[in-house]
Amino acid sequence: MQYNVSFIPGSDSISQVLSLVMFVFFAGFIFYGQKLQMHIMIREVENSLHKLRITKDEGRKIAIDTLNEIGKPTSDPSARVDRYLDYFTIGPQGMDPQGIVYKLDHILDVRDDRLKEEVRLLAPQVINDEVQINNLENTLEAAMALNYIYKVVRHYYIQGRKTMSLYVIMQLQMILPMVMKEAEAYSSALKAFSYGQPIGDSVGPLVVSKLMHGYEIRKVPKDCVVASVPLEGRTALLLKAEGPGGNVGKPGDAIEAVIEEQQGKLACLIMIDAGLKLEGEMVGEISEGIGSAIGGPGVDAFKIEEKITKYKIRNYAIIVKEDIGDAVSPMRKEINDAVDKVIDRVKDIIKERTKEGDTVLIVGVGNSIGIGQ
Amino acid sequence: MTSQTQTKTTSNKVASYLMLIVLVVMALSIVALFLAFDTFLFGGEDNQLAALILAGLGIIALITAVFLLYQSRKQAAEIKIEAPKVMTTIECQNKGCGNKTMREFQRGDYVFKDFDTACPKCGGRQIITAAYKEIKEKEKTYAI
Repeated sequence: MQYNVSFIPGSDSISQVLSLVMFVFFAGFIFYGQKLQMHIMIREVENSLHKLRITKDEGRKIAIDTLNEIGKPTSDPSARVDRYLDYFTIGPQGMDPQGIVYKLDHILDVRDDRLKEEVRLLAPQVINDEVQINNLENTLEAAMALNYIYKVVRHYYIQGRKTMSLYVIMQLQMILPMVMKEAEAYSSALKAFSYGQPIGDSVGPLVVSKLMHGYEIRKVPKDCVVASVPLEGRTALLLKAEGPGGNVGKPGDAIEAVIEEQQGKLACLIMIDAGLKLEGEMVGEISEGIGSAIGGPGVDAFKIEEKITKYKIRNYAIIVKEDIGDAVSPMRKEINDAVDKVIDRVKDIIKERTKEGDTVLIVGVGNSIGIGQ
Repeated sequence: MTSQTQTKTTSNKVASYLMLIVLVVMALSIVALFLAFDTFLFGGEDNQLAALILAGLGIIALITAVFLLYQSRKQAAEIKIEAPKVMTTIECQNKGCGNKTMREFQRGDYVFKDFDTACPKCGGRQIITAAYKEIKEKEKTYAI
């Protein structure tokens, strides 16, 4: 059997020319395919950048509206807010790392004080209301994060366009889903902070608040509260950041202070915090482990580890699983429902790992926004 | 200001460049499909394979063109930061009553805040015991 197959099919010349054009076009794809791919990626980045710009502008607007509503500034706060959004912090020099933790601690203290002072200037009406000042500071910090994300993405986008480098654009395009997720998280955090609503990260303080509610509370440095509560025949010292304003306190300093007060005579330290879930895990799942369950730049974890090592205190951790979006947006029902289960776990640890009459320290790590005590 | 205008112009150029490619691919794919159909019907038995190849190329090119068009036409959706509905739970502290009510979160609410009005059932002290949002849509799961 004989097949009549030619590369340029068609009996008339028009069909053959069209077929030839088609082959040329496909050959063109081979040489310019990468360039085309880059333009598609640039378009995708452009769309995301557009979304980021809208989110950033909306964030700035929410921050200014909240300041006007609560702080009642005497003049338009827009210019000062813009200055605030561009605020930066330079980390300590790490060439000689000895003592770097305390240098970083100092820099973070100065930053926190400076930002609070700025908020007080922006919101004269609530100058002495620590709760509102903290909430406004948190709102502005969320707007600041959105502003920073937008500027960084824009920087790499323009750099990619200028150099027409596929690899710059490709790297940006590859991390964009994660960047967009983070931006979405901060945008939902803005409303939560401006209204003073509990967020996913507040689960640790919520657990401790539930246990300490109704007992005498005293303040410990910095911005934390502690209560002594009888629990399962033991004395539980319950510690959390002072609420209901948006405040994480300095649990490192507070734990140090409480351990020193007790002269290290603690049967164990239990830390409860929100933990990032892996994909596939359910929101509100509880996990138990060992170590300092605390995020941030590491200063607090360092101080806690120093102290518990000095006194050989056993350190247990309980985390409630959630993703970054849940951690900074209003608390989900699943996370709120996990609170009673965490309390049961805490009681189990106490019963199984300590003796009656012992003293234990239980710390609820996280932002106390919307959580009283 | 100048840089913004420049960016916009370049961006438009990219769009028209893409659009031109899309239109050419689309036109060629339609021609290829037409030729395939023509060859299949009138080309005789010997050209059946050529007709199949042409049809395959035409379909692939058409799908590519539609995909490119979709990509280039996809506009960034208008974004609005929406506040999710957060509910506040208020509970009566009278153990015999335990009345529980829910209402939308209001600025100034916080967990363990003494509620300013007495329980409508027993007149007891009420406090806010929870504030959370409920997400109705189910998260997509992958059966692995």
